[in-house]
Amino acid sequence: MLKNTYLLETPSQTAGPYVHIGLAPSAAGFDIFENNFGPVLTSAETRGERIRIEGRVLDGSGTPLRDVLLEVWQANAAGRYQHPQDHQHDKNRDEHFRGWGRTCSDFASGIYAFDTIKPGPVTGRDSKLMAPHVNLWIVARGINLGLHTRMYFSDEESANHADPVLNLIEQEVRRNTLIGRRENTPEGTLYRFDIVLQGENETVFFDV
Amino acid sequence: MTSSELYQRNHDRHPPTYTPEYKSSVLRSPRNAPISLQNSLSEITGPVFSSSELGPLDNDLIMNYAKQGMPIGERIIVHGYVRDENGLPMRNTLVEVWQANAGGRYRHKKDQYLAPIDPNFGGCGRTLTDDNGYYVFRTIKPGPYPWRNRINDWRPAHIHFSLSGTAFAQRLITQMYFEGDPLIAQCPIVQSINNDDAVRSLISVLDKTAAIQLDSLAYRFDLVLRGRRATLFENRLQGKA
Repeated sequence: MLKNTYLLETPSQTAGPYVHIGLAPSAAGFDIFENNFGPVLTSAETRGERIRIEGRVLDGSGTPLRDVLLEVWQANAAGRYQHPQDHQHDKNRDEHFRGWGRTCSDFASGIYAFDTIKPGPVTGRDSKLMAPHVNLWIVARGINLGLHTRMYFSDEESANHADPVLNLIEQEVRRNTLIGRRENTPEGTLYRFDIVLQGENETVFFDV
Repeated sequence: MTSSELYQRNHDRHPPTYTPEYKSSVLRSPRNAPISLQNSLSEITGPVFSSSELGPLDNDLIMNYAKQGMPIGERIIVHGYVRDENGLPMRNTLVEVWQANAGGRYRHKKDQYLAPIDPNFGGCGRTLTDDNGYYVFRTIKPGPYPWRNRINDWRPAHIHFSLSGTAFAQRLITQMYFEGDPLIAQCPIVQSINNDDAVRSLISVLDKTAAIQLDSLAYRFDLVLRGRRATLFENRLQGKA
């Protein structure tokens, strides 16, 4: 058989229980880098509504993972990604918002959190507008290949209804697994988003 | 650089979600098929990193935690190229590594293995690839260690690698193993990959050409991230094509 000349993607391996050492050493209990990548995506100058995203990642027994690491990637308040390949010229850049963060669940409670802003809608395929969403990537011991999912916002009902990605999910009941629930707390706006790896209400994951 | 979609991931080379010989996967594996998503901007973009975010010793695991002396163990260089599936260099990719010390012990609250912690070894490093996609670390060869899976399972010596790529969908975590290690063939985590050729691609080779005389041996480990189609993506996105 003739072979083509493409290379093949390096296979994945689990991040294991000690992912913190490499990606969040301060969570592992030691300081080594001057600059740590963390869960706060905003600065004072960032434009947009301040929000916190908080939740747990649950295994097939309903137990929260206490060794999980998540990364978030999102557009700015206008719906534009801080990336040279985002050419949505009708939307402003925000040099004070990178759109990327990394967090670990708490070793005791299993709760993770990001402090960020609510993103604007991004133009998707065939010029269809996607509802505001954040992209999440989840790794931990026992997860053989990082899991991609999205969190949408409960107060964007009509945009969610028209979202081309949510509408790919045939079982409407499963679309609810991607909705973060808005709560107003004394500290500010919170979106609660639990991610279920297995079992009842298993979160929808994407093969991107 | 063109804005374009990534090639579809070839899952035959990745471990499946559910791999019962690696017991932790049993309760942590989704049972529904993932929904296949054609790329949008959300997948083809990703965080951009700059060298100003890294420190000068970040890629030197021998010195970046040395407090009162040098870490114990075999001094090695780990280096290689990060390319995409088209063979193009992956520039400015964040490469992060972590590992156990020479005795097989991690500097982590949860590691209870009886091997000693090395006071001069942190076990983590990071760097950005250069214009050729090249990266290099200096470190101590990690030791193998026992773990709670089957009662007498041992991990082969390994270094964890995390790569950012230029698209969020290229994000990858893997592990590098060392040529000649008999534990590789017995490891349930390695064997979660059901493809011998893919497993071989995770084994670094001794590279005496890059060794430093009377100082360090070297291991070469090249990595490949997903490639991009040549077709312009934004033309379709904007409805101009």
